[in-house]
Amino acid sequence: MVTLNHYLILSAILFSIGTAGVFVRRNLITILLSIEIMLNAVNLTFVAFGRALGSADGQIIVFFVMTVAAAEVAVGLAIIVNVFRLRETVFVDEINLLKG
Amino acid sequence: MLWIIPALPLAAVALNLLIGDRLGRRGTAWLACGAIALAFAASLRAVIALAGHVEADRRIVETAWTWMRVGDFHADVAFLLDPLSAVMTLIVTGVGFLIHVYSTGYMADDPSFRRFFLYLNLFMFAMLTLVLADNFLLMFVGWEGVGLCSYLLIGFWYERPRATEAGKKAFIVNRIGDFGFILGLMFLIKWTGSVNFGQVFESAPRLFEPGSTSIAAAFASLASGHGLPVITVATLLLFLGATGKSAQIPLYVWLPDAMEGPTPVSALIHAATMVTAGVYMVARSHVLFLLSPASLEVVAVIGAATALMAATIGIAQNDIKRVLAYSTVSQLGYMFFACGVGAFGAGIFHVMTHAFFKALLFLGAGSVILGMHHEQDMRRMGGLASRMPVTHWTMLVATIAIAGIPPFAGFFSKDEILEKAFASGHYGVWIAGLLGALLTAFYMFRLYVLTFRGAPRFDERGADSLHAAHVAAEHASHAHGAHGHDDHGHDAHGGPVRESPASMTVPLVVLAVLSVVGGLVGLPFQAGGHLLDRWLRPVMEGGGAPAVRVAELSRGTEWGLMALSVAIAALGIALAFRAYLQKPELATGLRARFEGLHRVLENKYFVDELNQAAFVGPIHRGSVALWRFWDEKVVDGIVNGVGYVLEGFSAILRLFQTGYVGTYALFLALGVLALLLHFLRS
Repeated sequence: MVTLNHYLILSAILFSIGTAGVFVRRNLITILLSIEIMLNAVNLTFVAFGRALGSADGQIIVFFVMTVAAAEVAVGLAIIVNVFRLRETVFVDEINLLKG
Repeated sequence: MLWIIPALPLAAVALNLLIGDRLGRRGTAWLACGAIALAFAASLRAVIALAGHVEADRRIVETAWTWMRVGDFHADVAFLLDPLSAVMTLIVTGVGFLIHVYSTGYMADDPSFRRFFLYLNLFMFAMLTLVLADNFLLMFVGWEGVGLCSYLLIGFWYERPRATEAGKKAFIVNRIGDFGFILGLMFLIKWTGSVNFGQVFESAPRLFEPGSTSIAAAFASLASGHGLPVITVATLLLFLGATGKSAQIPLYVWLPDAMEGPTPVSALIHAATMVTAGVYMVARSHVLFLLSPASLEVVAVIGAATALMAATIGIAQNDIKRVLAYSTVSQLGYMFFACGVGAFGAGIFHVMTHAFFKALLFLGAGSVILGMHHEQDMRRMGGLASRMPVTHWTMLVATIAIAGIPPFAGFFSKDEILEKAFASGHYGVWIAGLLGALLTAFYMFRLYVLTFRGAPRFDERGADSLHAAHVAAEHASHAHGAHGHDDHGHDAHGGPVRESPASMTVPLVVLAVLSVVGGLVGLPFQAGGHLLDRWLRPVMEGGGAPAVRVAELSRGTEWGLMALSVAIAALGIALAFRAYLQKPELATGLRARFEGLHRVLENKYFVDELNQAAFVGPIHRGSVALWRFWDEKVVDGIVNGVGYVLEGFSAILRLFQTGYVGTYALFLALGVLALLLHFLRS
């Protein structure tokens, strides 16, 4: 049987993968992707709870999350493009002008 | 409305600061002189009102506001007009006004005209605060204020290093005296709980144990380990303050150097007013001094010693202003030893007459200096009587007055001092005073003859011949004032000698008149004491002090003493005329025979060099050593050390600022985790 717990564990794993990606990966775009993975993990959690509790609220929240994710990706990509234009790189460990 | 008297010059200062540059020279002159004229008028009005009081009640006290209140102690900004402060106030405002008017002429070509009057008015404010104060603390405010203005005005031409050095010297030496003043004041506060004159003097006889009765007794008391009575210590400390302000031994060394300042400053501050503040303070505190006869003895001895010593230096000086400076020191000595023998009234009388003729002498000297195009060396003067008639006649009047020839002012006051010294049995002091009088008459008439009589020893044609003589004279003398430059710092240049403008000569004439008639308030042989004596009596004999009853002399003795004074003065005058006019070879011959002594006198007993070697040098070296260790190593070390420590911390902290987004994200996540754990736990 596929119970709620399975969904939740899957979400947790996905979230962790996403977080790890944000910390570990060098490429800015990959980091952005990892953030997307985290967001999707959260979406999955909401939908799973929605189904388990028999309410549509979970899915409605997912709408909001997806909208925000889309907007955020747009802005994030714009920033990355600008940073690339400035520093000629997309690797996060080379962008350290604020180093103290 | 006593507060108006010091407030007027203060208001002039404020106006000068705010709109002075828009007023121009005429406006500034009117503002400054007008303020003093009004102050004089106000003083006159107040004194007339005072005279209307019954003799026993002749004081006006006006409290402006309460300055400080600490527990039982309080000090007010309050003014006191009684016969003593009345005399001082009239002198300060009257003579001050004349000098202000004179300065408009003397400083007419000076670029810092406005600044001069600013300082001069500020001085008047401080001096009036000093004489009108009704307590020691406010008096001290004025005391310090006049010291500050003295420094500012001596160093008025601040581009001249000699002037700034002189200003510093004046201020620092004064400060040493002030140290004594403050300590003495502290004793008074501790023992009487007040600084108010009335309260201190009224309670002093009760609160203080009797002071040492003589200097010998004081030493005995010290030697036997009993220490000294408090009142003796307090009065000696106050007197130390007076020696600083009024240029007595050992703190007189600043006054001759103060001649670097403009001549009106020398007249006002270093002759007529500021230097008399010490005498005023001692006279005001006569109750305290009378409780400690040993202190009075010290005052008398130092006064007499200073009077004589300064007179001996005066006969060997060649700069006209320096002769007058030492003369001032000497005459102040007279005032002090008058107080020292108990004749406080006579001391104040001499303050008054001295203000008239000394101010006149200085202003006249200024007129001569301007007329001679900034020449100050008397050896290069001569024959000015015909060229500067008004200056000549007024200076002659002043010279006769200071020499002590009746009926001119100086005779009555000086004679009274000598008479009181004799009558009180202080024969040593009396002899010193007589010798001083002889020397005074001599060096003053030497000044007169060298400056005004004889053939001119200068060239009226032009600069070149004067410069040649200048160079020759410089090689021939080791004198202090060998250069033909003066307070303006200009080198003397020849040119026709003309009388000074009316703005300068009119005050000279007024002061001359005062020098003639000013002594008449002290006309002796009046029943119950002379006019000034009777005027000052409520102050001198009111209050708790033992009354000063100097032994009465018989008429015969009094006439005899008077005749002796006049004879001594006449002798001095005759000697001066003989040595400098009739037989000049006498002077040069004597100088050659007593070459060593003359050198010592000309170099003022090498006191400055002694002070430099004994005090200034070691202190300076000590200061430098302290600076190198404490300031540079310790203090700078601590301050820099704090910097280094902070830098160290920052070096550690900045390791967090990697500039990598990833690091920041990690810390963010760790922080969230920590918070989460914290909240889940609780």
